[in-house]
Amino acid sequence: MSKTYYDPADLRKFGNITEWSEELGAKFFDYYNSVFQEGALTAREKSLIALAVSHTEQCPYCIDAYTKDGLQRGITKEEMMEAVHVGAAIKSGAALAHGVQMMNKVNKLDG
Amino acid sequence: MKKTQSLHKRESELANSNRQLEILSNGIFKSGELPKFKDKIAEIGQFPLRPKKLEILQINVGYMCNQVCEHCHVDAGPDRKEIMTKDTMKQCLEVIKNTGAHTLDLTGGAPEMNPNFRWFVEEASKAGIKDFIVRSNLTIIRANKKYHDLPEFFKKHNVHVVSSMPHWTRGKTDKQRGEGVFDQSIKALQDLNAIGYGMPNSSLKLDLVYNPSGAFLPGNQASMEKDFKKALLEDFNIQFHNLFAITNLPISRFLDYLIASENYEDYMFALVEAYNPVAVANVMCTNTISISWDGWLYDCDFNQMLDLKVDSKIKHISEYNEDLLNDRNIVISQHCYGCTAGAGSSCQGSVA
Repeated sequence: MSKTYYDPADLRKFGNITEWSEELGAKFFDYYNSVFQEGALTAREKSLIALAVSHTEQCPYCIDAYTKDGLQRGITKEEMMEAVHVGAAIKSGAALAHGVQMMNKVNKLDG
Repeated sequence: MKKTQSLHKRESELANSNRQLEILSNGIFKSGELPKFKDKIAEIGQFPLRPKKLEILQINVGYMCNQVCEHCHVDAGPDRKEIMTKDTMKQCLEVIKNTGAHTLDLTGGAPEMNPNFRWFVEEASKAGIKDFIVRSNLTIIRANKKYHDLPEFFKKHNVHVVSSMPHWTRGKTDKQRGEGVFDQSIKALQDLNAIGYGMPNSSLKLDLVYNPSGAFLPGNQASMEKDFKKALLEDFNIQFHNLFAITNLPISRFLDYLIASENYEDYMFALVEAYNPVAVANVMCTNTISISWDGWLYDCDFNQMLDLKVDSKIKHISEYNEDLLNDRNIVISQHCYGCTAGAGSSCQGSVA
C-alpha cells in the first residue's frame, strides 16, 4: 500500500476501475472517449479545455495526462499556460463574485 | 546542459550498442512488467517477422553531420568520421541498377557531407528509380557556400527532399536540434520553395519529418500536418507536401536522454500501451533494406545503429542477392515497439 495519496504510476491503472464494475466502467470510458472526438470543437481545443479544467479540479493525474496530450498535439507551453490562466481566472472570479453575496448580507444586516 | 558531442566522442557507455540492447532487454522487460516485443507479435502470429516485397533501399552514406541533435538515433555529429567510400558506393550502384525496389533513400548524418555525394546522386539517378529520396537536414544547405546550390542540384536530378522539422516554433526546434537551426531551416525551406520544391502540384517533392522534441509520442499525423502547414505558411510563406510523424525510438542519444531525464520506464510503458497490432503488418523492416556506410545490411536504420545485422547468409553489399536476402527472419528487440505505437511509425511516417 502506497504511503502517499497520489502515485504517478496509478494513472496507468485507471482502466482497471472497469474490473470492479464492468458495465459502469465501460459506459464511462465509452462516454469519455466520445467526448474527446473531433466535433464542433477540435480535439486540440478540447485538449486545452481539459488541461484548464484539470487545474481547477487540481487533479494531478489529469494534469500529467493533458500536459502530455498537449505536447503530443504540438501545443506550445505558451498556449498551455494561457489555458491554465483561463481556468485560474474563472476559479478566482468565481470566488470573488461571491463577494457580492457578502456585500448583500452586510447591507441587509448592517446597512 | 546542451551536449555538442556524440556519445562516441564522449565515450558514453551508450555508444556501445550491446549496452543499449542490454538495457532494452533487462529491467521492466526482464521482470515481466512489460511483455517483450517478440511475445507481443507472437500473439498475432507475426513471429518470426518476415519481409514482404522489397520496396525501399535505404543507404546511409555516413554518420558525419553538421548538427548534434539531442535525440539523434544515429549518434551523428561533426566528430563522426564514418563515411561511405567511393568503392562501397560503386557496389551500391550495382545493387541500385538491379533492384526491384521502387524507392532509393539516402540518409546520414548529413549525406551531403560525404565528399562523393554528388557523384553518387548523379550516377544513382541514371538507374531510373521511381522515387529518389535524400534526407537533408536543411541547415547543411546554409552551412557553407559550397552547399548553397544544393536545391538546384536536387532539382536537376529530380531528388525528393525529406527534411526534419520538430516544430513550427523556434524554441522547440532549437531545443532539439541546436541553437540557430530553426532560422537556418526556414531559410533553406524558402530556398527550396523558390525553385518549386514543395509547391502545390509541383513534381519537386518536399516532405517534412516531425518527431517529438521530448519523451512523448507523436500526435495524429494528419492533424500535425494541418497545423504545420498553417503555421509555416502564415509565419514564413513556406509550403511543403506531406508531413511524416515519426516516433522516437529508445536507442542511442534518445535512450541516453530518456535515462538521464528519468523518463525511460514511462516512455516504454507508453510505447507498449500504444502498441497497435495493425501496424505490425506494415512496419518498414518488412519492405526495406538498410545499408550502412561500410556496406553491411540491416532490416532498418535503427537495427543498423544497434549493429543488429540481417539474419541471412547475405550480410554485406559485396554479396548482395535480393532473393536470398528476402528469405530471412527480421531481427527484433524492444526498440521495435517504437514502430508499432499508435498509427505506427516508419521513415515514411504512419503505417496504420
